[in-house]
Amino acid sequence: MSNRGANSSALLLPSIQQRAGRVILIAAALLFLAIFLVLPVAAVFAQAFSQGWKMYSDSIHQEDVLSALRLTGLVACISVPLNMLFGIAASWAITRFEFRGKSLLITLIDIPLAVSPVVAGMMYVEVFGLHGWLGPWLNEHNLHVIFAVPGIVLATVFVTFPFVARELIPFMQAQGSDEEVAAVVLGASGWSIFWRVTLPNIKWALLYGTILAASRSIGEFGAVSVVSGHIRGRTTTLPLQVEMLYNEYNFTAAFAAASLLTLAAIVTLVLKKIIELTSGVHQRSEEKEVKS
Amino acid sequence: MVTMPDKKPAKSWGLVTRSSPLPGFRLSMGFTLTYLTVIVLIPLTAILLHGARLGFGAFLHTVMAPRVLASYRVTLGSAAAAAVLSALFGLLLAWVLARYDFPGKRIVDALVDLPFALPTAVAGISLTALYAENGWIGRYLEPHGVHVVFTPIGIVMAMSFVGFPFVVRNVQPVLEDLDPAMEEAAASLGANVWQRFTRVIAPVAFPALLTGTALAFARAAGEYGSVIFIAGNMPMKTEITALLIVTKLEEYDYTGAAAIAGAMLALSFTIMLVVNLLQWWVQRREGERV
Repeated sequence: MSNRGANSSALLLPSIQQRAGRVILIAAALLFLAIFLVLPVAAVFAQAFSQGWKMYSDSIHQEDVLSALRLTGLVACISVPLNMLFGIAASWAITRFEFRGKSLLITLIDIPLAVSPVVAGMMYVEVFGLHGWLGPWLNEHNLHVIFAVPGIVLATVFVTFPFVARELIPFMQAQGSDEEVAAVVLGASGWSIFWRVTLPNIKWALLYGTILAASRSIGEFGAVSVVSGHIRGRTTTLPLQVEMLYNEYNFTAAFAAASLLTLAAIVTLVLKKIIELTSGVHQRSEEKEVKS
Repeated sequence: MVTMPDKKPAKSWGLVTRSSPLPGFRLSMGFTLTYLTVIVLIPLTAILLHGARLGFGAFLHTVMAPRVLASYRVTLGSAAAAAVLSALFGLLLAWVLARYDFPGKRIVDALVDLPFALPTAVAGISLTALYAENGWIGRYLEPHGVHVVFTPIGIVMAMSFVGFPFVVRNVQPVLEDLDPAMEEAAASLGANVWQRFTRVIAPVAFPALLTGTALAFARAAGEYGSVIFIAGNMPMKTEITALLIVTKLEEYDYTGAAAIAGAMLALSFTIMLVVNLLQWWVQRREGERV
């Protein structure tokens, strides 16, 4: 390695042109990010606070916004654990066993990433809507899925379906099953292997996937919009509330509600980066080198 | 009491091709398949069957109606433009993040994922506010006759916003793994910057760039939340296909909505197939290099 460093400094002593090129490229990248990513975030807060702090505070303390916030929390609290269970089960089956149709299964898990959110929401209308397969039966028994909370949960589960599994599968594949096999040989039961060997090993990757799933479930708009029916105070999640306020030209209130979602997004990015830096999950090769 | 699990193959529905000493195949596989069927496969079948019930002639009539065709033009045209922009800026960011060190690099790296984390509705209203006539950016563009809001340019902006992280995240690891010694060797043989880029870096990064661009295109073509606020949604001009589905649903035209959704699904699955082939290509090339 040191040899290569010596060679490269002799051969590739950065010329003035190269240094200028580097500065220009970095500047272009930073300018792009500033205009394309930082300005939109800044605009959300600028608009939210454009009428002052009191107006902002009043906007987010409206009963509709609070109930939207509660619904968003409820939907995330149901859909995220379900997809964690699925992610663990799928990655255990896929990485610990050799079976027919494995690559087909992995492809099927990716489907929700390829489907437009609007089409995703519509699929559940086809099954549970009044004109759908189960609609008439549900209606007879006075059960409501579409234009009600269960539909919102289902649509959210669909769009966040692959997130945990996609983190765990490559991670558990790379880790291998030696420790678990050793535990079996020593006589450990299946659940005790899971709780005492597997889970401690995968906890960071699991947390990482969970954060991605939670973030998306809080922010999902298209799929939820199709199944929600936009009933104020009852089937309106926070992103839908933002849309309703915006379409009523109540811009300050819309951006105030949006600022809560933006904060959630920033928290997501910070948590992700912390996990990347403190655990081995999604670590860039150079960071690995620095640590080792 | 130690009981060795020796009867595993019999308990695996004949699916397992190599017996494993580990337990839990039936439980994990059973849950996985049930959940996948209920959440993904049955609803997907429902929408496809509804579209198919229409019959071929009526299906074609619905998905080829002038307003629908115009929505494909708007959607696919904007998504293609957004994919190209995403490829350009995504490559720039991936290069800078993979090759250079500068203060705040970790923040920049984390920031690239913002479009994944920021709810699309928030991105939509925020971009609209920025590019509106009196917005921070719009006020400098409008005097020059550049209208972004309620035009296809706005749609492309929103689609690029959600698309470019796919390019960065696919290209960046490939560039990081590329051994600088290859470039140094090329330089020592007298290759200039452009030759080093086109002959050494581009061939390695190209499949990953294509994969990321295809994913960005797929995301842009299906995008809804961030686009509808900035698009203005004028039929025949700035109405995207996803919005047309929502409009049909609101008019209780479930069959029409299902037909258009079927057309969109066909596009989604085609891109998925292309991406899978590209990834297979990437892996094969990596295998060759190792």
